[in-house]
Amino acid sequence: MTPLAEALRAGELSWSWAEKPAAAGVRVAGALLAVFASVILALAYTFPPLTGRVVDEANVIPPAVASRITEKLADLESNSGIQLVVATVKSLEGDEIEPYANALFRAWGLGEKQKNNGVLLLVAPNEHKVRIEVGYGLEGTLTDALSKIIISNAIAPRFKAGDFGGGVERGVDDIITVLTTDSSEWQKRPDLRVVSKDSAFDDLGPWIALALFVLIFFLLTPPRERGNLLSFLLGMLMSSGRGGYGRRGRWDDEGWGGGGSGSGGFFGGGGSSGGGGASGSW
Amino acid sequence: MNSSSNTSLYRFHSRLDRFFPRLRALVVLALIGASVSGCGYNTIPTLEEQAKAKWADVQNQYQRRADLIPNLVATVQGYAKQEKDVLTSVIEARAKATSVKIDASQLTDPEKVKQFQEAQAQLSGALGRLLAVSENYPDLKSNQNFLALQSQLEGTENRIAVARRDYIDAVRAYNLSLKTFPTLLWAATLFRGNQPMAEFTASESAQTPPQVKF
Repeated sequence: MTPLAEALRAGELSWSWAEKPAAAGVRVAGALLAVFASVILALAYTFPPLTGRVVDEANVIPPAVASRITEKLADLESNSGIQLVVATVKSLEGDEIEPYANALFRAWGLGEKQKNNGVLLLVAPNEHKVRIEVGYGLEGTLTDALSKIIISNAIAPRFKAGDFGGGVERGVDDIITVLTTDSSEWQKRPDLRVVSKDSAFDDLGPWIALALFVLIFFLLTPPRERGNLLSFLLGMLMSSGRGGYGRRGRWDDEGWGGGGSGSGGFFGGGGSSGGGGASGSW
Repeated sequence: MNSSSNTSLYRFHSRLDRFFPRLRALVVLALIGASVSGCGYNTIPTLEEQAKAKWADVQNQYQRRADLIPNLVATVQGYAKQEKDVLTSVIEARAKATSVKIDASQLTDPEKVKQFQEAQAQLSGALGRLLAVSENYPDLKSNQNFLALQSQLEGTENRIAVARRDYIDAVRAYNLSLKTFPTLLWAATLFRGNQPMAEFTASESAQTPPQVKF
């Protein structure tokens, strides 16, 4: 028998040296992650949750108007897949409306991931600012100039008169008109749209490969030596950070945790925006 | 009879015993090697490609702004022909900005990126002055074409800001991967040729995009 095999059999090569640093590494990584996360959260905006198609945090839209608008938006989505969401916020947290709107759009992930066909109508009544943020895929249809025209003509004058419900409804009508009179939008009718958070299956490949390796490994080693070698392998994997930095010491992927879905109502499709659209004030 | 078959079987077994543990050890090492190589090997090239893609976006948005300018200059000239110096400075700044192009491979050269930034910042400054000057011409301000151009310009400036932010984030992620453990191991061995990419330096004139007041 080779010296290696003999030592393995005797359990003399203690693999525990690999386990100990790994465990410590996990603890340190966990602590660092917590500190990092809290710092990031402190710097980030606190967005309202995406509870529906009309998110009225600032409470300026009358409920009857809000439900009418919600119906129109739901129709729009079922006909063309475009996710148009209206949001009012109490405060822009000291920032301009452009970066805030872009960050909110991306946080909510409006529009389908592949098509990026989302639109956000953001109203900040306390700062007297309004913005239409358009996703990448709709920038050709709902252009900056058109957004500016809608804001100047339909939305801002009504807001100035204090009629938030009317301004938002008219703005939504105009946006829907612009989006739907372009017939190519109507023609895009997706058969089945799976609205879900980031798919976890992209990362499944390497895990399958790993599982196969572990299986082969199990088949080849005698039971006695399996325990030691397995703990060594685990130690190696944990300390080298599966799949790159930022996920050190954690086996579970974010997508697998079944991330907070709430009441199972309306979700963003994972789309993004590049800053298209227009802003206005009153 | 029995003893001879027993002996041959024994010899076979002992030979197997000699080779099999070695084989086992080899397989174990191969598995460890394979599983370790699965971790983090792809990170560096992936982040590099993402940063390059974001740079392409940035250049596209700057180009989009440059494309708007001839139309803008023509419209303003129709109403404010006497503002020759402002108009010429915009035209010249635009020519300079479009001439400085950066290939994706030149992103690791901070000097080139700085040159690009400065050329674009000069154009931003000239544009700002042009728009400020247009304030003095009420006919120009109410011209439909001018209003449309202004909103397009605003939109483009916003897109540039977003694209820059995305690029800076992508470059940071890539540069970090070259310096932090565990991808540091790959950077030091197989990716020794990879240099960190240059980030944007915030310049004064770039901070204030042309303001448009209605």
